[in-house]
Amino acid sequence: MNNIAGSRSALVWIVNLCVLGLVCLWLFPTFGLFVSSFRTADQIATSGWWRAVFASEQNLTLRTAPPETQVQQGDMYVIEGNLFGENPDAVISVWGVSSRDIDAYTPGDTAELRRGGEITVQADGAYRLVNSEAFEGKRGPRVFVTATAPPELTFQNYKNILFDPANVDGMAKAFFNTLTVTIPATIIPILVAAFAAYALAWMDFPGRALLIAAVVGLLVVPLQLALIPLLKLHLSIGIGKSYLGIWLAHTGFGLPLAIYLLRNYMAGLPRDIIENARVDGATDFQIFTKIILPLSFPALASFAIFQFLWTWNDLLVAKVFLIDASGQTTVMTAQIVELMGTRGGNWEILATAAFVSIAVPLLVFFAMQKYLVRGLLAGSVK
Amino acid sequence: MSPALQGLMTIVIGVVGCVGYFYLSNQFLDKVLYPPRGPNAGRNINRANLIRPWLFLFPALLALGLYLAYPVVETLRLSLTDRVPGGGYKWVGLQNYQQMMQEPKFWEAMRNNMLWLIVVPAMSTGFGLLAAQLTDRIRWGNLAKSLIFMPMAISFVGAAVIWKLVYDTRPLEQDQIGVLNAIYIALGGAEPQTWLTTPFWNSFFLMIVLIWIQTGFAMVILSAALRGIPEETVEAAIVDGANPFQIFFKIKVPQIKNTILVVWTTITITVLKVFDIVFAMTNGQWETQVLANYMYDKLFRADDWGIGSASAIVIMILVMPILVWNVRNARAEMK
Repeated sequence: MNNIAGSRSALVWIVNLCVLGLVCLWLFPTFGLFVSSFRTADQIATSGWWRAVFASEQNLTLRTAPPETQVQQGDMYVIEGNLFGENPDAVISVWGVSSRDIDAYTPGDTAELRRGGEITVQADGAYRLVNSEAFEGKRGPRVFVTATAPPELTFQNYKNILFDPANVDGMAKAFFNTLTVTIPATIIPILVAAFAAYALAWMDFPGRALLIAAVVGLLVVPLQLALIPLLKLHLSIGIGKSYLGIWLAHTGFGLPLAIYLLRNYMAGLPRDIIENARVDGATDFQIFTKIILPLSFPALASFAIFQFLWTWNDLLVAKVFLIDASGQTTVMTAQIVELMGTRGGNWEILATAAFVSIAVPLLVFFAMQKYLVRGLLAGSVK
Repeated sequence: MSPALQGLMTIVIGVVGCVGYFYLSNQFLDKVLYPPRGPNAGRNINRANLIRPWLFLFPALLALGLYLAYPVVETLRLSLTDRVPGGGYKWVGLQNYQQMMQEPKFWEAMRNNMLWLIVVPAMSTGFGLLAAQLTDRIRWGNLAKSLIFMPMAISFVGAAVIWKLVYDTRPLEQDQIGVLNAIYIALGGAEPQTWLTTPFWNSFFLMIVLIWIQTGFAMVILSAALRGIPEETVEAAIVDGANPFQIFFKIKVPQIKNTILVVWTTITITVLKVFDIVFAMTNGQWETQVLANYMYDKLFRADDWGIGSASAIVIMILVMPILVWNVRNARAEMK
């Protein structure tokens, strides 16, 4: 028996470690983007986000001030300043002037520049460029430094993305557009579906089984099929690309799941309650509004969360039914894809924009997880 | 009118309209058309009860018919026609399909889709099963579950950004800012890899994103199924001296076979419709095209409705077996 008990406790340890590994693996990518959204463009571009947490040694590529700032001292031309800008808080350990030899000098050394002149760099980043001829060109020479900088996290990215009205990459407008799409597209299908679900669960009529089967079938119809016919329809009846169009589209696409979820839940409610109410003379309309609807709250909440997440995260339906050439009605997902094209290397913009759009669903997810899980369990066709 | 106000009004009109419709139509049925009074009271009640279900169903049926059923037929029709410049359509038979079959991009999309169909459901279900089994046995299992489940809430586009940072590539002399390349270099890799532009393998790097999202879904469902397994079967196996692996593979897995199948098919459907990830990360370049993105390309970039519709029909045909299977299951369950 000892043997078994021993192997058990070892097994528990292995299980714990495995789960820890799995969780880290799953969390790591999101966490990386999250940390990146609080770093400056320079930091993101020069070092991995995992270094942001510690005071870290970084290899930075910096430039001196441009030649236009040079002053003439005697017969020498001089450029002075600090590589780290106004408030230096990093300490340089080694530096160099060539990308192949970034650790050639220690602070206080003087190096020859390839384009002529000499440069001296101090540990705090202060530098002095001296040349007998005038410096030319638009930009100052590059200096490669290895410096230890304290971690620095900033909210500036979020300020730029959300609260700067002049920023063309701003997400504020897209955020409100997404909200405008999402809320009606979540509420309206619930109501329509609830009545239908009640009829399918508690009313007897010919063709009921067939209708339920049809709903199950429609659950998996790819919405890709609906794009062109519906866009054509919307254009011909004058809705065109508009909010009304996307609300209707989301309502239509969300209905099968809504009806399916709600019907399953309602069918599981105790028969006694409903029959007692019938005997007492309640009409179907009363039974539905006074008894079924309040009792079905968990299922309604499940579907509401699904529909909210789905409409908030949707890209395809918005691109087809809402976003026109003016770009005034762009939603966050579409804006992010746009940014990935135009700002592919600017991770501070991308990371922040992505997190602005991810934050709301994550909040909803953690607050309402119970209902989401319940809905998933009920919604997967058994 | 500002969109926000328009949205608010739509909510009010929608909700009031819906409730009003249901209330008034029921009132009309009971008070005007077939009042349960007078000489024909009994017959009227029966008639009203025959009609009432359809009052409840009407708005939903209208929306389902218009937004899901009609488009299937219309797309089928469009796939057999070509648009004539200046308006109108011309019947071309299967010509669109023939033309599509001759495009290498289509076959590339088909090949990739098949790869996706094999890899993503298998990996997601596998990881999900593993996570479900492991997290059920430890104290902080629920926390672990919600963290693995979390990507479900993240949009495909958000996930694309997240993973693009993971796959980022910098020149050799600079510090790598993508985790994957940093690890690769640390393990002795010579050159930083451009993961998303190396054909064949890049598709797998895109698949990882979807696996990452879908594993949580599989885990939640499978974990519930595992808990539903009768204790006695497991206890009996322990008494008989089965080791944990035997218990898992020979006792537990066979009992939740049906649930595994459901998870598998549900993820398969998601895979067939996958669009955003490919659209945002590579847009089908470097041989990563998939059917849904191919279709979008045809419809909205090439503006070729015929071939676009034809490729949509291909997706529909691939979904069909699962659709039939689901419907049959649902009907069997109702009996």
